Amino acid sequence: MEFLGLVNYGVFMATFIAIYALLALGLNIQWGYAGLFNAGIAGFFAVGAYTSAILSTPDDPGRIGGFDLHFLLGWIGAMLAAALVAWPIGKICLRFRSDYLAIASIGVAEIIRLVIKSEPGLTNSARGISGVPRPMGDLGYMESQIAYLIMVLAVLLVAYLLVERQFNAPWGRMMRAIRDNEGAANAMGKDVEFRRLEAFIFGSALMGLGGALFVHFNRSITPEAIDPMVATFLVWIMLILGGSGNNRGAILGAAVVWIIWSVSEIATDQLPAEYAIKAKYIRLFLIGLMLQLVLRFRPEGLLPEPLRGDLRTAKSGSDRK
Amino acid sequence: MDLFDLINFYVIPGIVLGSIYALGAVGITLIFAIMRYAHLAHGDLATLGAFIALAAVTSLGISPMAALPIAIIGTAGVAVGIDKLFYEHLRERPKIVTVMASLGIALMVRSVIQVVWGVDTQTYSRGIVRPEDYFGFRIRDREFYTVIAMLVLVGGLQLFLTRSKWGKAMRAMSDNPNLALLSGIDNKKVVILTWMIAGGLCAAAGFFLGFNTELKSMMGWHMLLPMFAAAILGGVGRVEGAVLGGLIVGIAEELSVLVLPSEYKAAMAFAILLFMLLVRPTGLLRGKVL
Repeated sequence: MEFLGLVNYGVFMATFIAIYALLALGLNIQWGYAGLFNAGIAGFFAVGAYTSAILSTPDDPGRIGGFDLHFLLGWIGAMLAAALVAWPIGKICLRFRSDYLAIASIGVAEIIRLVIKSEPGLTNSARGISGVPRPMGDLGYMESQIAYLIMVLAVLLVAYLLVERQFNAPWGRMMRAIRDNEGAANAMGKDVEFRRLEAFIFGSALMGLGGALFVHFNRSITPEAIDPMVATFLVWIMLILGGSGNNRGAILGAAVVWIIWSVSEIATDQLPAEYAIKAKYIRLFLIGLMLQLVLRFRPEGLLPEPLRGDLRTAKSGSDRK
Repeated sequence: MDLFDLINFYVIPGIVLGSIYALGAVGITLIFAIMRYAHLAHGDLATLGAFIALAAVTSLGISPMAALPIAIIGTAGVAVGIDKLFYEHLRERPKIVTVMASLGIALMVRSVIQVVWGVDTQTYSRGIVRPEDYFGFRIRDREFYTVIAMLVLVGGLQLFLTRSKWGKAMRAMSDNPNLALLSGIDNKKVVILTWMIAGGLCAAAGFFLGFNTELKSMMGWHMLLPMFAAAILGGVGRVEGAVLGGLIVGIAEELSVLVLPSEYKAAMAFAILLFMLLVRPTGLLRGKVL
C-alpha cells in the first residue's frame, strides 16, 4: 500500500514537472533566446487550458461548446489560441524596451483572469469547466495516470528536440545575436521586430500547450486553479535557476523548483492548521528570496547557456562581475 | 441621469481614485527616470504602507490621518532597505534583471503582509460615512483629504525638485546620468533619496486607497497596472504628467462603468496603456520613451 502511494505520488509529481518544463521551455524561447520579458505566463497557460477544455468537452447548454473534439485538436487549438493572444501584444510592445512588455504582459494575464472569472457563457465563471476527457482515461486509476505521464513526457521530448534544434540552427544564432546586440543584428539585415514577434508567439504557444496538458490531467479547471502570480513566478524561477538560454537547464530547473515547492508543502501540511495557512505565504516568500539569491550569486543558473570555444570562459568571467 | 448624478457618482470618485493613482505613478515615474527600470513591486509596497498605517491605528489608537506620516516614513525606510539588499548589486547588469528582481520583491512583500496581517479584508474605522452636500455635489471628508493630500505632497515634491540642491541633482541624474556623475553629483545619495520619495508616496497611495475603500493584501497588485498606465500616459519622467495621467486613468475607470460591465473596470487602464504605447509612447507631456 505504502509503496503504491509513493509510486502514485511520484507519477503525479513527474507529470507536473513535465508540464512546468514545457512552460519553462516556452519561456526560454522568449527570454533565453530572444531576451523578451513575459510576466503573463499564467495568462497564456489559462488560455490554453480553457481552449482545450472547451474544444474537447461534450456539449454544455450553459456555455459555449463544448465541441466534443478529439483531445489532439484541443491541444492544437490551445496552442493557436495562446499564439493568437500573444500576437497583438507582441506587435505593440516588442519594439519598445523590455519593461513595457513586462507591464503589458502582466496586464494581459490580469484581463484574462477577469474574463475567466466573469464570463459564464465562455468559461462557466467560478464553477469552471469539469468533465474534461483524459486520453486513456478509461483505464484504471493508476494505469491512466501512468499512461498520461508517458504522453506528457513524449510531448515534452518532442518540444525539447524541436526547440533544441532551433537553438543550434541559424534561427537560434540569429535570435541570440538580436538579443545581445540589436543594432548589429539590424545592420546585418535581420528583421528584428518580426523575429522577436516570432519568438514571443512560439513561446506563448508552448505555454498554451502546457495549459492544455494540465487541464486534461486535472480533468477540470476553475479560476482558482490559476494563481496568476504564483504560476508565472514559479516558471520564472525555474528558468533562471536552471539556466536561461539552456533548454536542458529549463527542464532541470522545472524539476528542482517543483520538487522543492511540493516537498515544502508536505512539510508545512504537518503543522497545526493555524500555522499551515501562514506557512503557505512563507513558502512564497522563500521562493521570492530564492530568485534574489540566484540572481545575485549564480545568474547563469545551474546549467549555463552553451557557447562555443574559448568564448565560454570570457562569457562567464564577465557575467560574474 | 442628470449632470449632478454624473459628477457625484462617477467624476468625484474618479478624481479621488485618480489622486491615489497619481501618488503611486509619481514614484514609478521617478524610479523610471532616475534608475531607468520599471519597478514592479510598487503596488505591493503601497499595500505595505497601508498596513503599516493600520498597525499604527490599532496599536497606538490614533486616527488614520495621524498614522499617515508613520506609514510614509516606515515604507520609505523599507524601500531604501530593499534597494540596498536586493537591487544595489544588480546595477551594473542589464536593467531588465532588476525588473525581474522587483517581480520577486513584489511576491516577498506581499507574503510578509499576508503572514503578519492575514488575507481578510480590514478597515481603518468602522461605520458608514455619509457624504456632505455642497450645493448638490456630494463629497465625503476623506475624499477631500485624499485630493488635498495628493496636491500638497506632489506640490512639495515639485518645489523640492526645482528649488533644492538635491532636487536639482535628481533631475540632472534623470536627464543625463553621465554628465551628472561628471559634475560631481553623488549617485548613491540620489538613489537613496529617490527611494525615500517613491516609497513615501507609495505608502500615501496605499493609505488613501485603504482609507477610501478597504484594505486587502492584493489591493496594491491591482493598482500596478493603472499606476503604470498613468505614468506612461503623462510621459515617463514627468511628475506633473504622472498626476495628470493618474487623474485621467481614475476618471476613465469610473466612467467605463457606463459602457462596460463593472468587472472590467481594470481593463480600462490596460486599454489606455496599450493605446498610448501604440500612438504616442512619449506620453501627453513628452516624457522619455526609454
